[in-house]
Amino acid sequence: MPAENLSSKLIVRGLSVFYGPKKALGPVSMEVAEKRVTALIGPSGCGKSTFLRSLNRMNELIPGCRMEGSVELDGQAIYGPGIDPVVVRRRIGMVFQRSNPFPKSIFENVAYGLRIGGMGAGSDLTGRVERALRQAALWEEVKDRLNESALGMSGGQQQRLCIARALAVEPEVLLMDEPASALDPIATAHIEELINELSDDYTVVIVTHNMQQAARVSDFTAFFYMGDLVEVDRTQVLFTKPSQSRTEDYITGRFG
Amino acid sequence: MSIPTANSFVRRRRSRLGDIALVVATGAATVLVLAVLAIIVIDVVRGGSQRLSWTFLSMAPSEGMTAGGVFPAIFGTVAMVILMTVAVVPAGVATAVYLHEYADAGSRLTRAIRIAVNNLAGVPSIVFGLFGLGFFVRFVGAGVDRAFFGGEKVFGQPALVWAALTMAVLTVPVVIVATEEALRSVPRELREASLALGATKFQTVLNVVLPQATPGILTGTILAISRGAGEVAPILFTGAAYYLPSLNWHPSSQFLHLGYHVYVLATQSPDVDASKPLLYSTVLVLLAVTFVLNFSAFVVRSRMRHRFTGAGT
Repeated sequence: MPAENLSSKLIVRGLSVFYGPKKALGPVSMEVAEKRVTALIGPSGCGKSTFLRSLNRMNELIPGCRMEGSVELDGQAIYGPGIDPVVVRRRIGMVFQRSNPFPKSIFENVAYGLRIGGMGAGSDLTGRVERALRQAALWEEVKDRLNESALGMSGGQQQRLCIARALAVEPEVLLMDEPASALDPIATAHIEELINELSDDYTVVIVTHNMQQAARVSDFTAFFYMGDLVEVDRTQVLFTKPSQSRTEDYITGRFG
Repeated sequence: MSIPTANSFVRRRRSRLGDIALVVATGAATVLVLAVLAIIVIDVVRGGSQRLSWTFLSMAPSEGMTAGGVFPAIFGTVAMVILMTVAVVPAGVATAVYLHEYADAGSRLTRAIRIAVNNLAGVPSIVFGLFGLGFFVRFVGAGVDRAFFGGEKVFGQPALVWAALTMAVLTVPVVIVATEEALRSVPRELREASLALGATKFQTVLNVVLPQATPGILTGTILAISRGAGEVAPILFTGAAYYLPSLNWHPSSQFLHLGYHVYVLATQSPDVDASKPLLYSTVLVLLAVTFVLNFSAFVVRSRMRHRFTGAGT
């Protein structure tokens, strides 16, 4: 599927997820192109968030959640025996729907992942925090108040702080679960711009409810419906010439 | 929306009468409780302020407890409560963290522990006193003596440390319940944020969950202190002394306690009329000490709350 000289960062094979006896997803097989933005779209409850959370082993924190199939990161099975989910999550970062900064200072929020990773004073903690904040296009706004509480920031700033926090640990893949759904249009535009820039260095997978957003920010789009992957293709192709009628119905607004 | 009929108007008036009756009844109950509290406080303050003086606060009881002050009892009470707090908070918090963060919530063991904790809270306090005597004094204390003091009686008798530990056992359910409540209110989003950054569960609990739960934990601590400062039954057999000629710092020594001192003054005094004003003043001091201990914990809690979250939350 990803043609030309694109390589696949993530390969998902026959992935099914169950919550208790109820099947929520799958089986789904797809590949995620390296250093591209892949959007996951579909109506509520279609399994796209479940799919996203399977990619960095966040689903297993939910009691009663069980899964089948495999997910490979650079050819390595992340659900393989002896694989530590903590290591997986350091390589595959995540930004959540609702911004969730820690009730700590702005600096400490971004430094958190570095500190728990064993980075102490004396190392380049300050430099790494600054770089992450610059990457998240937040540095200019907060550089004079790094020691203030992160909870005093605006919603859009908080979400960019969460992105900076995720970037600080230098993951290879960034998963975003509707990162702009709680934000106003200007803050949303900020985030979208940011996603475009991030795809130079990161593989981004973003869940979105907003099809215009998917069209604007992504290179590839996957359409999920009722727990199944219906279709995945280049965003331009999927939005103009979808091969499945269900995709066409959804993107033209006939249901959903 | 249907048009109200005459009948429904009547019903509404009746329910409004019900509202008024409820307000009157609950208001009266509140006034009653406040009145009882006010009577107690006024009586204690009036009776107790007569003999309250620097001498009373700084001197030891003298002349068969018909003169002098209560300083050793203040000291003993505060020392016992501090020791108790040092013991009960780590134990209670650790138990709550285990129950809420690590134990399988549905398992039989977890449920059994919860039931045990709740039952512990319902045990009469005199039973804790007997338990403390049997377990801490006779078993642990005697064991310590055999192991470290060649059988000489040092810890194998009622002592400050055993009284504090007995009181800690009495108050540990309070800390566990309050801490669990606080852990439950930590938003899932914050835990997930930490875990998604590659934190281990332990790191998440230590760096995100516990700091977030600290105000709730301190609330539990305040409740434990209130309870521990006022209870007398658990320390009767485990460390409180009827009378001590000198102040003793050592944890293996017995101590005077304000609450027990009140009992002694009220029932064991050779001259009731002479000790009565002292009794009142002692009660006043006991109330004041409890209040000060509570208030300091309260101040610590609100400082913690305001540190990063700003006002309000």
